[in-house]
Amino acid sequence: MIDFLLAILPSVAFLSLMAGVLALLLVIAEAHISNYGECKIVVNDEKEIAIAGGQSLLASLAARGIFLPSACGGRGTCAYCKAKVLEGGGPLLPTEEPYLTDDERKENVRLACQVKVRNDLKIDIPEELFNIREYRARVARIADLTYDIKELRLELTRPETIKFKAGQYVQLRAPKYPGNNQEAYRAYSVASPPSDNRAIELVIRKVPGGVCTTYVFEHLKEGDEVVFNGPYGEFTLCASDAQVVLVAGGSGFAPIRAMLLDNPEELERRNARFFFGANEKRDLFYTDLMKDITEKHPGIEFIPVLSRPSNGWDGETGLITQALERRLENADGKEFYLCGSPGMIDACVAIFTKKGASDDAIFYDKFA
Amino acid sequence: MSPPYTPLVILVGAAFTENILLVNYLGMCSFLGVSREMKAAAGLGAAVTLVLSVSCTLNYLVNTYVLMRLDMLHLQFIAFMLIIAATVQLLEMIIERFSPRLYYALGIFLPLITVNCAILGVCLFMSIRNYNLAQSAAYGAGSGVGWWLAIVAMAGIRQRLQTARLPKGLDGPGITLIIAGIMALAFTGLAGMLNIR
Repeated sequence: MIDFLLAILPSVAFLSLMAGVLALLLVIAEAHISNYGECKIVVNDEKEIAIAGGQSLLASLAARGIFLPSACGGRGTCAYCKAKVLEGGGPLLPTEEPYLTDDERKENVRLACQVKVRNDLKIDIPEELFNIREYRARVARIADLTYDIKELRLELTRPETIKFKAGQYVQLRAPKYPGNNQEAYRAYSVASPPSDNRAIELVIRKVPGGVCTTYVFEHLKEGDEVVFNGPYGEFTLCASDAQVVLVAGGSGFAPIRAMLLDNPEELERRNARFFFGANEKRDLFYTDLMKDITEKHPGIEFIPVLSRPSNGWDGETGLITQALERRLENADGKEFYLCGSPGMIDACVAIFTKKGASDDAIFYDKFA
Repeated sequence: MSPPYTPLVILVGAAFTENILLVNYLGMCSFLGVSREMKAAAGLGAAVTLVLSVSCTLNYLVNTYVLMRLDMLHLQFIAFMLIIAATVQLLEMIIERFSPRLYYALGIFLPLITVNCAILGVCLFMSIRNYNLAQSAAYGAGSGVGWWLAIVAMAGIRQRLQTARLPKGLDGPGITLIIAGIMALAFTGLAGMLNIR
């Protein structure tokens, strides 16, 4: 045995040495050859960032506190990190082609994770992305809203405050845990109002086998630290005088709760009616809160709709679409805000369109 | 002893009579995969030529001055593969830094070449045939040009096939293999002209 080991030792040593030398050479070469010096990135013609070249645009921007949405971690598969690269981006790469439409190509839209910073760049990103940051927070409360929906209150630790609009969402990070070997981000709407700017509240419904919901339901405890980034999204109340119709199902309650808590006076002025769809009575939550709001603001109406009502239920019954058919006489001149599953939203939008609503008066946030 | 051919003869011979793809049938997978379109085929051919020229020469040096001296010839396969992989990485870095245009043309193909068996095959033939330094360099470059030629010819033929009516079962790799066989037959016609073994 020892003879055998001694016989192969020189070969093993030689190969290890050779691999080591080559690896060292590559590391040295990388430091010298892939050194692109300092590059300037001009963002939206106003902000200028100086950063060492050689990294992807996505990582370079993140290093300077500008976060583009990204769910895949820069592997070029989610296509969330689209940005207009006006100068210095080089030609479109084959890795980007499948994700860009013809219109986007004409406007120089690129995937920021695939564009490498090798020279000065000029880029254009939506203004609100400047507000997007990574936040660390402590879980202050985990409460059961129903048997499969939890409410999380996250108190910010770094930075300590957040600025967002009611209706926007954040991306919560699910770390690695037994059974999940890759970090993942999932989007959740903020359910608390912007005035409560030292914390956010999320409403999370359990998805069987879901990476992030399994983490929240089975691993997360009060006092734990979590990481999220945001805020994202354009699902916010528009300024107008139109009557408001709110529609939600399940955890789609979250952004609407934020809107109700943020500015109930405005919603009262605009005669808001809130349809909330659920299967049974045990699926209803925030009923005390809604009672409170509707008592203080009689102009707001809350209409829970149960598809499988138990005895003694005197509210609306059936599918939420049937309730909308019954209760909504005319959709013209009203604004619609929907949050829930794609199936529910598509069915409701069809009804609104049939009743005369125009496309630009319908706003929704679909759970993908 | 190295064989008595001048580097120029080896260069031409490697490209035509001893074509690595059509006579030795090496490097087939990327040949079948990337020959659908002329631009990609030409890009991959250029990248293979570049990597072959550089890595064949480097492997000659490693083989002669390291493996033989240290009596480690039994590690030739692994050593060659390490050198090829490192060469590809290094070339990618250099091209990216100094010739962005070439990088955009070759960029995505370079990493693919690490696993192209034509590269290892050429390096092993170079060692088996006892070529000297100049001959090895010429053999690497010539084999690359030969591979380039073959894939560009195939891409040209396949572009015309797009409008041809093919039996369903033959479409894709099937007809490509048959064409490659016929091309190989044509190349055997050149076989007697030059001997570089």
